[in-house]
Amino acid sequence: MATVSLEAVGGAHGYLRAQTRWRRSEIAFWLATLLPFLLFPAYLQLASQIAITALFAVSLDLILGYAGIVSLGHAAFFGLGAYTAGLFSKFGWGEPLSGLILASALAGVVGYAASFVIAHFRHLALIMITLGMGLLLQEAANSASELTGGVDGLQGVRMRPLFELFPFDLWGRTAYTYSLAALFLTFLVARRLTHSPFGLSLRGIRENAVRMPALGAPSRTRVRQVYTIAAAMAGMAGALLAQTTLTVSLEVLSFQRSADVLVILILGGAGRLYGGVLGAIIYMVARDQFSGINPQYWYFWIGLLLIAVVLFLPNGILAGLDRAAARFRRRSP
Amino acid sequence: MISSFVGVLFDGFAYGMLLFLLSVGLSVTLGMMNFVNLAHCSFAMLGGYVTVTLMDRLGWPFLATLPVAFLAAAGASAALERVLFRPLYRASDLDQCLLTIGVVFVSVAGAAYLYGTVQQPVQLPGYLRRAVTLGSFRFPVYRLFLIGAALAVTVVLVAALECTRFGARVRAAVDNQRMARGLGIDVDGVFAVTFALGSGLAGLGGALAIEMVGLDPSFAFAYLIYVIIVVSVGGLASIGGSFAAAALLGISDMAGKYYVPQLGAFLIYLVMVGLLMWRPAGLFGRR
Amino acid sequence: MNTPGPASSSILATVGLQKSFGSLAAAREVSVAIPPGVRYALIGPNGAGKTTLINLMTGMLRPDAGRIFLGGEDITSVPPAERVKRGLARTFQINTLFPRLTALEAVTLAVCERQGHASTWWRSLPAYRDAIDEAYAILGSLALGADCYRLTRTLAYGQQRLLEIALALATRPKVLLLDEPAAGVPRGQSPALFGAIAGLSRDITVLFIEHDMDVVFRFASRIIVMVGGRVLVEGTPQEIAADARVREVYLGQTRHA
Repeated sequence: MATVSLEAVGGAHGYLRAQTRWRRSEIAFWLATLLPFLLFPAYLQLASQIAITALFAVSLDLILGYAGIVSLGHAAFFGLGAYTAGLFSKFGWGEPLSGLILASALAGVVGYAASFVIAHFRHLALIMITLGMGLLLQEAANSASELTGGVDGLQGVRMRPLFELFPFDLWGRTAYTYSLAALFLTFLVARRLTHSPFGLSLRGIRENAVRMPALGAPSRTRVRQVYTIAAAMAGMAGALLAQTTLTVSLEVLSFQRSADVLVILILGGAGRLYGGVLGAIIYMVARDQFSGINPQYWYFWIGLLLIAVVLFLPNGILAGLDRAAARFRRRSP
Repeated sequence: MISSFVGVLFDGFAYGMLLFLLSVGLSVTLGMMNFVNLAHCSFAMLGGYVTVTLMDRLGWPFLATLPVAFLAAAGASAALERVLFRPLYRASDLDQCLLTIGVVFVSVAGAAYLYGTVQQPVQLPGYLRRAVTLGSFRFPVYRLFLIGAALAVTVVLVAALECTRFGARVRAAVDNQRMARGLGIDVDGVFAVTFALGSGLAGLGGALAIEMVGLDPSFAFAYLIYVIIVVSVGGLASIGGSFAAAALLGISDMAGKYYVPQLGAFLIYLVMVGLLMWRPAGLFGRR
Repeated sequence: MNTPGPASSSILATVGLQKSFGSLAAAREVSVAIPPGVRYALIGPNGAGKTTLINLMTGMLRPDAGRIFLGGEDITSVPPAERVKRGLARTFQINTLFPRLTALEAVTLAVCERQGHASTWWRSLPAYRDAIDEAYAILGSLALGADCYRLTRTLAYGQQRLLEIALALATRPKVLLLDEPAAGVPRGQSPALFGAIAGLSRDITVLFIEHDMDVVFRFASRIIVMVGGRVLVEGTPQEIAADARVREVYLGQTRHA
């Protein structure tokens, strides 16, 4: 063991450091998120919705892309956050930040409780259990219509200005600033998490959960931790939606929303954080462009897209771009 | 009180037999290939729409449409199996799940495009609309017919699995796929045929379901939950298990809707999650 | 043969281990006591219960009866991950690695797990310089230094076998159980692999399963022979080579093979 040169050790270290470094393309991307203020001031509401969806997709990426926990019921936490924030404001507390934190915390607590079940299952049983839990919650919200407004949705959500200074305007300037800031800060946390020893441990669980105990790793504890974090993030995304649109409908808990976020993440590329963000941009812009068509038919195209991505674009657009870039580099030395 | 109890029991059993027809195919194919086919009920829906179309637009008699519903679902599933599903047998659960959800979306949208989102009516022949009275109990003939059809299918299936060469191959492939391949059994071929037959039965179930539970594009998703419960309780590739589980689920669902209607579908989702937690290994443990 | 108790001198011991799968008894009254620092080989015909014994020792299987001791402590009901933490590591007969982690990442992960950093999410991985250095040193000691930036699934098969060992070493085991470490490696290369094992620190007690008798007699200082779920005999290579019962088993084997 003594023959290892110091230089080589620096190499190993430097190699891992390089992986965590901020790339220029990343910085350019985050700067570009400010462009809508200048270029598309009429679309700031849409931009805000994109940021919210991106946050939701990033939360799913933490469990699915990193830890390999498939969920067909992630909307449960989104909806929980949305209803918490909505109800909080409806019953007199319209201050947005505290509502956001409370909603996120509540979703995290429920996520923690659910994680005890989640951590015991894998594969198909897990898919079915998450699906069942999502449906269960939606049905519960439907039944508790005095509280949630049932199929009519929650009415009467009012928001006080952000920091008591910036009212939520019609054009969505405050809304986009608020959602983007939440996305960016959460993304920083997620990014740090994925580059940490904990993140490496999650990838180990994704790659080979059965082997982890042989490394002395309590993988169920890890799964519980990341599931709780992801639930809190999803709850935050839901709360942002409630606060910026001033309404909550049962749709926030629907299977459709769980499937949408899965599509978004798979389309962009799971396990790379930016996949969810890219997927959210493409998906939301496309839906806005085709908003004229009946949602029934929209899902026809989503279905086709899902089939195509699974068959032809494994690991999503970002992985496809990586492959194309690698091919290009090989051809032009 | 007692008559309502017998009524619930009878209706629930008939409903359970419907669920049995819808799910038995998935139970066998899941047991054999471990392929997560969430699009199983899309084939059932196809069978339903075939029957509606033949009766409504071409004036076929109800009974004559049933074999066509079976064949249409079997044919469509065989084509999809060949083109879309086969490349994914060794893929992850997630990929299989995503692809088949894609198929569900496409089928739901396709049905909505062709038929609209309204419930499709079906006009049964007069002899199926009658009821048999036994003392103070009335038994609708259609439900008796449903029960009879399901029992006949069960007998045929069990006999085919136990007594034919093909059945022996299916059992071998379910028990130990690698060993079966080693013995020279064309597992992929056996699976393709089984898959088509299972989807055909679902198509038949879809056609028979219209009178009892209605038919609209949401069918493909709504009944998936029930099918999954049946498979999870009944165990993989078990005809008898599926039969018992379907009967139990049908009766308890009917009883729930009759006695505690305010809970709605909540109860059935609770049952599903509970059962999955109770015996996930009996369900999808092998892999 | 006398049944050894949990002698305090032994680092790993089992007393009366029993395990049946249905009607098949895979372990019957297995009692072994392994003193520290020794290189033990575990041999026996296929189906003798060798892997079952390792699975019982590491907690991957629960015994029907009997007890297991590590360093004098009863670990029979200790979960597998905790046994690893207490110094009992293993490798697997079939590669069970992390296909889309690089070799460096995989071993760093194992080191971080041992050091208790792996639940830290607010510090970046490069901050754990000593963990990375240690991982790199382990890989270097097994001649994997040059390929440690490659994804595990792109490594050659023999390298993956070495990575199995590297992962186990990263847990800093007191006892290392190797289940056919050279399985699938071309015959010519297995001495090199066992050379790496022989070069391990003497602080690590090694028990390995191996079928190649040349390798066994070259690298083991003691040998346990199992047949039909029982320990047939235990002794030095010379004693085993001279034992009539062992000859019977192995000659019988070759006759049938």
